[in-house]
Amino acid sequence: MGVALTRAAQWTGPARLKDTPANEALVRAVAAFVEQLGSRHPREAECVFQEPLRWRTALGASDFQTEYDISGPTVQSRERDEAGRPLLHLSPPDVSVLTFSQLSELLQVAENKKLEEVRACLEGNAGNANNAKKSSEALKSEVELLWTFCGDENLLKSVKYTSDYVFPNGCRSPPWRQVHGDICHLLVQPYDIEVLHITCSISGVFLNMVSALQAPVSSCWGYFYFFLTPSLSLRKSFGREIFMSLDSSSTQNNPHVESVDTGNCGQAQRPDEHREKNVHEKARQWLGPNKPGCTKKLEPSSKWSKLGLSSPKWEAEKKKKMRKTPQPDVRRKTNFSGSSLHGQSTQRIKTTSDDFSESSSESEEDEELTERRTETNSDLPSEYWQIQKLVKYMKWGNQTATVIVLCALRDFNLAQETCQLAIRDAGGLEVLLNLLGTEEVKCMIGSLMILKEISRNSQNSKAIADLGGLQTMVDILDSPNKDLKCLAAETIANVAKFRKDRRSVRKHGGISRLVELLDCVPDPSPSTLQKQRDVEVARCGALALWSCSKSTKNKEAVRRAGAIPLLARLLKSPHENMLIPVVATLQECASEPSYRVAIQTEGMIEDLVKNLSRENQELQMHCASAIFKCAQDKRTRDLVQQYGGLEPLVSLLSHSENKQLLAASTGAIWKCSLSMENVAKFEEYNTLEILVKLLTNQPEEVLVNVAGALGEFARKPANRVTINNCGGIPPLVNLLTGTNQALLVNVTCALGACASESKCMGTIDSLDGVRLLWSLLKNPNPDVQASAAWAICPCIENAKDAGEMVRSFVGGLELIVNLLKSSHLEVLTSVCAAIGNIAKDKENLAIITDHRVVPMLAKLTHTNDDTLRRYLAGAVEHCCTWGTNCAMFGEEGAVAPLVRYLKSTDPAVHQATALALYQLSKDPNNCINMYENGVVKPLVDMMGSTDEVLQEAAARCVRNIRLLALANEKARYG
Amino acid sequence: MSAASRKAAESLAESLSKQVKHFSRTETRRLIHQFEGRCGQQPGRRAGSGLDRGQFRNMLHRTFGLTHDIIMDRVFSVFDRDNDGYIGVREWIAGLAVFLRGSLDEKIKFCFEVYDLNGDGAISREEMFHMLKWSLSRQPAEEDPEEGIKDLVEIVLKKMDHGHNSKVSYADFEKTVREENLLLEAFGTCLPNAKSIQAFEQQTFQDLPQL
Repeated sequence: MGVALTRAAQWTGPARLKDTPANEALVRAVAAFVEQLGSRHPREAECVFQEPLRWRTALGASDFQTEYDISGPTVQSRERDEAGRPLLHLSPPDVSVLTFSQLSELLQVAENKKLEEVRACLEGNAGNANNAKKSSEALKSEVELLWTFCGDENLLKSVKYTSDYVFPNGCRSPPWRQVHGDICHLLVQPYDIEVLHITCSISGVFLNMVSALQAPVSSCWGYFYFFLTPSLSLRKSFGREIFMSLDSSSTQNNPHVESVDTGNCGQAQRPDEHREKNVHEKARQWLGPNKPGCTKKLEPSSKWSKLGLSSPKWEAEKKKKMRKTPQPDVRRKTNFSGSSLHGQSTQRIKTTSDDFSESSSESEEDEELTERRTETNSDLPSEYWQIQKLVKYMKWGNQTATVIVLCALRDFNLAQETCQLAIRDAGGLEVLLNLLGTEEVKCMIGSLMILKEISRNSQNSKAIADLGGLQTMVDILDSPNKDLKCLAAETIANVAKFRKDRRSVRKHGGISRLVELLDCVPDPSPSTLQKQRDVEVARCGALALWSCSKSTKNKEAVRRAGAIPLLARLLKSPHENMLIPVVATLQECASEPSYRVAIQTEGMIEDLVKNLSRENQELQMHCASAIFKCAQDKRTRDLVQQYGGLEPLVSLLSHSENKQLLAASTGAIWKCSLSMENVAKFEEYNTLEILVKLLTNQPEEVLVNVAGALGEFARKPANRVTINNCGGIPPLVNLLTGTNQALLVNVTCALGACASESKCMGTIDSLDGVRLLWSLLKNPNPDVQASAAWAICPCIENAKDAGEMVRSFVGGLELIVNLLKSSHLEVLTSVCAAIGNIAKDKENLAIITDHRVVPMLAKLTHTNDDTLRRYLAGAVEHCCTWGTNCAMFGEEGAVAPLVRYLKSTDPAVHQATALALYQLSKDPNNCINMYENGVVKPLVDMMGSTDEVLQEAAARCVRNIRLLALANEKARYG
Repeated sequence: MSAASRKAAESLAESLSKQVKHFSRTETRRLIHQFEGRCGQQPGRRAGSGLDRGQFRNMLHRTFGLTHDIIMDRVFSVFDRDNDGYIGVREWIAGLAVFLRGSLDEKIKFCFEVYDLNGDGAISREEMFHMLKWSLSRQPAEEDPEEGIKDLVEIVLKKMDHGHNSKVSYADFEKTVREENLLLEAFGTCLPNAKSIQAFEQQTFQDLPQL
């Protein structure tokens, strides 16, 4: 809140608040907040500040009552901190306060003068408004300190900035993030947990959380606090402890949460109960997987002492920060926030549409696990107690009693959380699992029926897995009793929600047994009861495999167990309840190349296409998703078209309310449109127009695919015009301000393709799209950088007054030249291409020359990559035409490597190199250099090329070398 | 075995296998053979009378794994159609047909008859209590042992008493079991489990030498 307040408040002088209505409201808000804090968060209110709040008060000793030590004019509180300082000390007119509760009491004493007191307090403690520069320096030293931990086996693997580019103000975040106060993004890799994505901003340090795609609204903010410089008692469980501390702090310290909130809004707000709740909930959910009994462990002090920091001090610091006095040491303690898709600061660094290998839903599921129940005993419904009693009888009873109890339990609404948890709380899970070890079929069936239902609750499913239930259920799969097999498989489907549980199914040999269940011929109308049961067994097997196949290793195990032909056979089933788990399993597994090949060769594409036209949306979604993953392969795309799959895919786009279906179908359309023939087919169904409409108000999963498809469609010039005509450019340009990196890559590609058309370019230009593209060069993700640089090329070629436009981007040229330091090949290639275009404008060439483009290009000339060589040679060619650049390239040693490019097998490299060499040959030293490196022979050969540009360039270069030789002879011999 | 008795056995098998639908003629012959073997073990027994209660209970326990005294007595009574205190060969085979291979309907009927202790066509509270008396084995000392049983009875009644007359009629029982097969043997195991059926059939129909 400190910073937020500082910003929100309107100051007149160094320490005077202006008399404005806004300040008036602010002061009131602070007063109300402080007064409520004591009652709402008594624990926080008792925390002692490190430095007292001091100001000049209008109160005197007479205002205070007997709970204070009053001696003459001075007043002291009876309570003291550890150092023996009184928590309140008044010696008129100065007063100092060490806790919020004292402050709150003081305000009560002040009664109607309290607003003046608050104002005086704010003014008295305003002094150090933080600016970004200061923060970024403080932060830099924090990061350097963290670096010292790196490499130590027990602590951190690495700490990296996501961007190497440092702005003059010390920030690394892009400017549009800087306005929100961001300073930089960090990737911290501890040893024991996954990479932490961290956003550092002037209001603290936030952990970026990947949020559930299903909840696109800002409600999925989670806020966490985190010491970037935890003290030295860190051990192996470093990362885990961070998480524990994250949790404890976030749940305990709501006031701070509010302050983050206001910081983001850029204005002071009253504490917002609702938001607090959300935050609470989210934070607790996070901890779930790590700490089953977390409710008890929310005590912050133990955590902080683990980190070697005493809680009160920490709390005090926090309070200070929340007030408005951020001091340098406050920086030590920093906080983390998670952000949603729409979250302002953050994104997953990992992108790429191709990376399905670990199923996307994984992280969300894993976070889902919650300890949510807060009711006290008195609130529990009567069912809870009845269930407790029944479980008791089940424990004591023989087989007969147990069966009765099991049947009675089934009469409860087991879908209800109260009932699910009642069974667990009564120790019912253990009893139910024990029953599975008996030989009593009736008890086993009854037990599994209940386990199947209650394992839908993720806490229960985790508890079942922890009790070793998966192994028991895997064993039951061998039973000759088909009811048991079905129930066990269905329960496995529910329990194997987490990666470790899926692994445990595999480790106990469950995968091959589940695959065996699939062995049945799907009969459209099973004649006998026996066959019906077989089909049911197969269906349950498929359900379990669907769950299990979310882990990469399981996919492989499923394949090795021979599931693919069985799945292919079941795919012919006419029943949707069979098809859904079968297609879902295939879809899940299609992240693996082996499955993609098999799906194609086993003739499954035809069935997948056929099922696209069924009524069931879930089935359609899985089919489309399978096609999406498989259609990267050309033959598969052709098959989809051949079986008439394109039209149903397009018609799926009309289900705009089902976002998952929409994401899958747009994905399939994108991948299918990689073939130009398919694009032509799609055009018949007016796909382009429909897609353009999907560019607005859609979740990012959909947008990514739509933009990808548009990029493919736009390879055809006519389609670029269509995109422009139906208003596709403005939404695309709008999307450039987003943060989803996969989306940014696709959008820049689409815009780049469109920019080749001058009409589209006009639209892009009028929307200031090039500036936005340019600013993406600052994106930390190299894929985004590269695709932005590629998109910039046609923009420069086609824009009117391109040179002037480029110059108008302040710092833009320096930025792009600096990207030549990147270590990513694709970035280098695209940037060389862009620089080649930029250098066509003499003024801009002069500027980039000042930014030392020549030595940087010269440094890159040693590459072996033909694509980079080609664009690099192009850049060299165009950069030669300014000042002494030509000679400078020679001095920087660029000539000899370029000569070697002539040995490349790529004709495009030959042409670009010959053109570059011709430019370089205008400098006599370069000519000598080239000659010495044996340039003449290959150039003479190239003069005989069919490529006229190459012919001419080679000839001109040889001519220059020859002229020099002649001049030399003439000079020597007269 | 004399030719005459062989012939008699043959014709008995013929007629029985027509009456009892679950066994083939050969199987019936084997069952008759086995039954005679069992009866032959009793010295000084009246010809044609069959197994007495003790023998039958013994067999239920050893071969089919039943344990509950009351239930075993009731199973004997249900087998013993003519109430003469002995299971004759026809009663034996008719009973086994349901016992081993009965359809759900037949089993429902069988179980109901077993549980209807006094044969009045309904299972009363008291009958239930009687049968479930020992079903809660390990009660902590401080609890009233009968309390739990009463509770169980109420739970069953709640599930089964569709007529709301505090007892379970055949119609109630049938309806309940059709909805929830697990409740077929609600008041105590009275049918053999799959394993012992398999063992018995194997021993009777396969292991014996050809007749």
